Amino acid sequence: MNDRFNLYRFASPATFYPLAGKMIPWFVALAVLFGIAGLYIGMLVAPTDFQQGEGYRIIFIHVPTSWLSMFIYLVMAFWAAIGLAFNTRLSGMMARALAPTGALMAFLSLWTGALWGKPMWGTWWVWDARLTSELILLFLYIGYLALVAAIDDPRRADKAGGILLLVGVVNVPIIYFSVKWWNTLHQGSSVNFAKSSMAEVMLWGMLLMALSFWMYSIAVALARVRTLMLERERNTDWVRAELTRTGEMQ
Amino acid sequence: MFDIVFTVIARDLKLAMRRQADIVSALFFFIIVVSLFPLGIGPELDLLRQLAPGVLWVAALLATMLSLPRLFADDLRDGTLEQLALSPHPLGLVVTGKVIAHWLVSGLPLALIAPVLGIQFDLAGDALFVLTAAILLGTPALSGIGAIGAALTLGLRGGGVLLSLLVLPLYIPVLIFGAGAVDATVSGLGGEGHLSLLAAMTIAAIGFAPWASAAALKIALE
Amino acid sequence: MLEADNLECVRGERRLFAGLSFKLEAGELLYLQGRNGAGKTSLLRMLIGLLPPEAGDIRWQGEAIRRRRDDYHAALCYLGHLNAIKEELTPLENLLAGARLAGETLSEDDAIDALEQVGLAGREDLACKYLSQGQKRRVALARLVIDRRPLWILDEPFVALDVGAVDWLAGVISAHLQRGGMAVMTTHQPVAIPAGTVRELRIG
Repeated sequence: MNDRFNLYRFASPATFYPLAGKMIPWFVALAVLFGIAGLYIGMLVAPTDFQQGEGYRIIFIHVPTSWLSMFIYLVMAFWAAIGLAFNTRLSGMMARALAPTGALMAFLSLWTGALWGKPMWGTWWVWDARLTSELILLFLYIGYLALVAAIDDPRRADKAGGILLLVGVVNVPIIYFSVKWWNTLHQGSSVNFAKSSMAEVMLWGMLLMALSFWMYSIAVALARVRTLMLERERNTDWVRAELTRTGEMQ
Repeated sequence: MFDIVFTVIARDLKLAMRRQADIVSALFFFIIVVSLFPLGIGPELDLLRQLAPGVLWVAALLATMLSLPRLFADDLRDGTLEQLALSPHPLGLVVTGKVIAHWLVSGLPLALIAPVLGIQFDLAGDALFVLTAAILLGTPALSGIGAIGAALTLGLRGGGVLLSLLVLPLYIPVLIFGAGAVDATVSGLGGEGHLSLLAAMTIAAIGFAPWASAAALKIALE
Repeated sequence: MLEADNLECVRGERRLFAGLSFKLEAGELLYLQGRNGAGKTSLLRMLIGLLPPEAGDIRWQGEAIRRRRDDYHAALCYLGHLNAIKEELTPLENLLAGARLAGETLSEDDAIDALEQVGLAGREDLACKYLSQGQKRRVALARLVIDRRPLWILDEPFVALDVGAVDWLAGVISAHLQRGGMAVMTTHQPVAIPAGTVRELRIG
């Protein structure tokens, strides 16, 4: 009973708002630390690739953003499931706060993929299975953002978006495998991003960068969720008290 | 319990028969879009034969999209949707009926006309057969997945465009295997594997999608 | 017995009502009153199970309606401000299709009978799009003549009816209450219902 009580306590915006505010600086600090370490390893320590030269170093951005774009979609689907199952207000806001960051990661992944592709394969875009799936993932993010933006009532928007996320997360593996199969059938330009003989130090660089992007995503999502809370609960006492305290309201 | 499915199918078919212009216009949209491609690409038969499966399938996706916004919107506007939601049966079964009826008036005609359009693209006999079978097997999945999008965008401004934004990415597996079946037949690999995967997707979509749509409809009706 | 227990309704950012409770027994009619925007329609949508209350419970025969949704809907007849009729179908087809979707059996003779009662004799086979607004409303009301389900929930049933039709509808509702039915309705004009116990609930 006590545990349940605590869970619901933290799921309430009035409690979570100050907590999130305290957590943000820590996640920012972690993002910066991991970022510096990752960039140091990626740019200075990791050896020059004997086939691809210096250009390959963009994978220290490309691979972490791809990981994050997929991971964030899963986290959003998780929040959507919680929100639909327990009808908690916070869950929908979390999914919504994460979405722009997820879309950004998918976009960065595609962009850096294209930047990498030009010197490596001589073309900006190849219909590689991973790139194509990443593109479709970006479409799914855009669909979610468009849907929640089109619904005025925030509660309805959260629930409808939640259903879309769950439908999407069921479809993501199907889409991925069908695209992969489509790619091997057409056999035009199948390219392996990840070299099997990836040096250990490169893996470390990517992991550190992934951690950095992860912490960044958490910090940004928390900041966004705080804004959503203020906006949605602007008529409640705790928001008034908060705004008076910070001097935003006379 | 499944009576309700047949009741809804019968009702929706009767309504569609009183409004045949809708069915016919979606069908002509399909025919016109497919016929435009040779004009844009050029009349080389080798090239057209290669493009045929993709062109026909993309046109089929778009033609299906055309009738989706009205799947629930008409019922919402005149209050019938509330009554459907209040019927003493699970809403998922009601939606199953509506999805099947939607396929009968949108997907089935496409499959029946597809061989004729395939001839325009110089497809051979076996390829035409597989094309028809693929559209027949794949379009129910389009109706099912589309119903989710139609329910989610119900009553929203700009619902039609939003609907395509939500639904088209989810259609990609059907497109890949539908067009792939014909490709595989043309190249002599045999399209059976693709067709059975299409059938599997259709079964999954018809089983799963109506319940997701029903959940979305309940939200829209709140 | 229909029971509402401590209902709370929030629409958008506004709390429309809270702590709303009532009980309705067989043969009773509940009049919902309140100014526009007080939440009458929201309350009706809660009572038919389409809008989950922010807090509180609604029970039908002692069971929470969200747990026994299908059983509850089998006992419930809802008439909204939309007619729920299809323009392409005839009044007769509309009645029959409506009954089948609601899981009721309705013979064609009974349906024709009901349409005669609402003054649509001779128009049974004319597509509803050729009927006037008032006539369409009567097609919707014809459902009540034949409906034998115990709970009626009616949203503004008297709106846009002429005097004769108002009296006729009051009679139909009375007959329903005399059979041991229950009804909840919203209305702006006070209408005398001859039979049954009439109770009032003011919200907002």
